This record gives sequence, structure tokens and C-alpha cells, in this order.
Amino acid sequence: MAERVFMKGCEAIAEAATRAGCRFFAGYPITPQNEIPEYFARRMPEVGGTFVQGESEVASVNMLYGAALTGIRAMSSSSSCGISLYSEGVSYMAAARVPAVYVNVQRGGPGIGAIQPAQQDYNQATKASGNGGFKMIVLAPATVQECVDMVYEAFDLAARDENPVLVLTDGVMGTMMEPVVLPPMKSDEEVAALREAFAHRAVIGHKPLDQHTGEPGGIGDGWEKHNIETAEMYKTWDKDVRVEEFMMDDAEIVLAAYGISARISKVIVKQLRKEGIKAGMIRPITVSPFPYDTFANLDPSKVKGILDVEMSIPAQMRFDIDHAVCGRIPVMECLRSGGQLLTNDQVLAGARELIKEVL
Amino acid sequence: MERNLMIAGFGGQGVMTMGKLLSEATCDATDLNVSFFPSYGAAMRGGTANCFVVISDEEIGAPVSYTLDDLVVMNGPSLHKFISNLKSGGNLFINSTIVDAKEVARDDVKVIEAPVTQMALDINNPRALNVIMLGVYVGATDAVPAEVIIKGIEHKFEKKPHLIEPNVEAFKQGLEIGKAQK
Repeated sequence: MAERVFMKGCEAIAEAATRAGCRFFAGYPITPQNEIPEYFARRMPEVGGTFVQGESEVASVNMLYGAALTGIRAMSSSSSCGISLYSEGVSYMAAARVPAVYVNVQRGGPGIGAIQPAQQDYNQATKASGNGGFKMIVLAPATVQECVDMVYEAFDLAARDENPVLVLTDGVMGTMMEPVVLPPMKSDEEVAALREAFAHRAVIGHKPLDQHTGEPGGIGDGWEKHNIETAEMYKTWDKDVRVEEFMMDDAEIVLAAYGISARISKVIVKQLRKEGIKAGMIRPITVSPFPYDTFANLDPSKVKGILDVEMSIPAQMRFDIDHAVCGRIPVMECLRSGGQLLTNDQVLAGARELIKEVL
Repeated sequence: MERNLMIAGFGGQGVMTMGKLLSEATCDATDLNVSFFPSYGAAMRGGTANCFVVISDEEIGAPVSYTLDDLVVMNGPSLHKFISNLKSGGNLFINSTIVDAKEVARDDVKVIEAPVTQMALDINNPRALNVIMLGVYVGATDAVPAEVIIKGIEHKFEKKPHLIEPNVEAFKQGLEIGKAQK
């Protein structure tokens, strides 16, 4: 087995991106993701890449837009209220079909909120990261290892679809340290080849090719054509849906959670099983595309209740669950928010309440 | 089995370093799962700081627990703030140079005392109070084998080899105190 190293989530994210061939990072400081730009500032010069501390989030996301359009693997990161400032840039990148990767290390909100962890940007991340109704693949890691694996993969997904990809994590994952096994470092040749693969669309500064100038826009029916094309692309994402189903074979109560809440829920499922309670967990790994089918296919004669576990008040993911379950199975909530962390005990108490209600 | 530890004190007492040393050494030298989660305010030296370490042979859920197996308090305010988070039968480690065991308002926890601030001064290594306390912790709990931490110290001070021996010595002093109160 490869050697495991003990890394902070933010640093692991930056190292994974570097190994995936990322050679440009622009960002603006905000807690709890400062270790991402800090790490890139040190790491990019070592691999011939570029690190820019932008003068603002707006500047940084537009630098990402520009860099990614040259075909270079490029990334940015911010947290919650900073991500709000990315909205325009992200929407423009979706319009121009730019293969960019960015990370939201969520903190409490709304507004400036709290620097402590939260999961309050779910709707923003999965439904409307900017104007215009575009969609993105949104990956939600639950361990530092998954942060590594998903960031590494995000660049491939972004390149495949020529569309931005968001990694949605939170301040717990960003600041905690865990053992990780790092993926292989892409060689300079591989990095160059990845850049070359985008050459048909790349804006290289002096010779824009054909109509692909990286400008979003169109005349006449141009935009509708764009939207029809992207809508077709979104349909191909059915194959990209990823979900973890834990002890679901005979589950009577189901904990539904993503990211940090899911790893806590899993422990509680194990504990309830020891008590003879048939508990299971569904964890969306891609929160966009959401695993609607997994919830829609739950058999109400077996599954008596669902507990939506989120660090958000009011609940957000719950509405995707409701959309799939259509009232056939009762859904209850176990929530924290504003920077307050869910603990094992709270999720256990939430599960017991659900059990009392439905079993 | 899962073991939850919180270490709390003033910024500057090496609270984070103690947690990181324990967890990183556990990562490097064992097959156990381990997580480290820091929590601190805006102030550095003099502000309050605490961190959580979870060591488990299973997958770790929350990296933060408020039903602790073990609590290390390096100063008085931390004792009062966090004592209620220690579970019944849990281990409370106090820096008895500046924390009075009489202030522990619970009789359902095991108190392990170590005057680590004074001990660090006595060995002319005032910053080593955290390493001493780590020794006390490992000695009293066997959370990980002592050799794991010694390897961790050697690794941590790889680039400052002259600091390895004094820190290993400090750790061993703590270890004896911990073992004696096991």
C-alpha cells in the first residue's frame, strides 16, 4: 500500500490539484480555506505554475476564467460569502464552457456569517451558483481522502464536459487532519498534453481560433442553441451520479446526509445496528447530479422513515429528498447551522426521535 | 475502539503541537485511524486554544466530541469551560503547576496531576511542557505505544536534531508520571 501522510484537508486539496496537473491558482484569503492558497503559493513555483493572490474574489474568479481558457488546468477556492462573489464569474464560465475547478470550504451564514464550519450553501451549489440556470457537477467529499480523490478527478470531469466543476466541502474537512494516500503526480509531459487537448478551443492571446474566443455570447438564437446543447450535456450526467448506500439492504430507517454530516451519520448507523435497529444511510457523493433514483426507489413497505442530517437551518438537501420520495416515506430533520457542529450524540438523538415516531 | 481526546489551554502552551504530534505519530507508525481538529480564536499567544484528537480502529465519524474519554487542561479557564464535556469515568489531566486539583468539581472522573509548567522550567526547556504532558497522557492511557511518540519526536525534529534528545527526555519524564497514576 502507498504510504499514508497526515494532512490538513485544505493542504491535501491543494496538493491533489497540483498532482492532477493544476498549474494556475488565483484566490483571495478567507477563513476557513486559507491553507489552500497558502499551500499553492508555496507549491506552484516548485512545479512551474502560477499563484496569484487576487485583489478580490471577483478578480480571482475572472483570473481563473482567463487562465482556464488557455487550456491550463486552473483552480480557485473560497468560502461561502466569498463564493457568493464568484457567482458572476462562474456563470460566465458556464456560458463560455470553461473547464475550471473551484472549491467551496463552507462556513456559517448567511452574510458574513461565522468562520466555523457549516453546510449552508447546498442550494446555491447545486441549483444556482450564478444566473442563467446552468448546471455543474458538484462533488461532496466526506473525508480528507475523498477531498484528495475528488479534486484530482474534478479536473478530468471539467475537461471532459468543458464546464466548471465545484468541490463542495466544509470547514471541518478543510481544517481537520487525517491520513491520506496521495495520487500520482502527473509528469510535465502529461500536463503539456492535457493543455494541448484543449488547443482546439484555447484562447492563446494572439491567435483566437475560429469563433471560439472564449466570450460568452451569441446573436439571434445563439443563446438558446447554447442552452439546448448544455441541457443535452446535463442529461449525460445520469452516469456520473454517485451515491454511497450503507447497510441499506434491510434498512427500516434511513439517515440521509452528505459530507461531514454523512461520516457522523455512518457511525450512528453502526451504533443503532448493534442495538438491533435496522438503520441504513444514503450519502449523495455527487450532490449535483443528485441521486434521485436511489431515494425514489426506496420501498415504503420496508423503509419507515428518513432522517435528513445537515449542518443547515432550515434544511436544504431535504427538498431534493422530498422531490424523490414524494411523500411516500416520512422525512424528519436533524440540523445544526451558523457554525455549530453536529456531534455523534445529536445525530443519535435525532435518529431516536425518528425511531420513536415511525417504528 | 474509539478514543476521544480534547487538549485545551492558552495559546503558546503548545496545545496544537501536542495534538498534532500525537495524531501524526499515530498516522505514521500505526494502522489506526486518527483525526486532528483544531479550534482557536483570533488571538495567538495568550488566547484560548484547543484541539480534538480521535484515535480509532474503525472509521472515525465526528472529529469533534463533547462526550470525551480524555481531557487535558493546561490552564484554569480550560478546566471550567470543558470539564462538563468529560464523560463519567473519563480521565482528566491537569497541569497542576497552575491548575488546582481542588477546583475539579466532579468526583466521577479520574484526575491525573502533573506539574508540567514547573517540570519544563526545571529541565531548562520551558516550551516542552506539552511534550511532558503528552508523556503523562500516553503513560496513563496507553492510547498508543510510547515508541510511536518517540519516533514522532524524532521525525518532527529531523531538521533540528539537537532538539530530539531533550524532547524525548521530557516525554519520558511525563511517561513515568503518567504510569505512576495509571
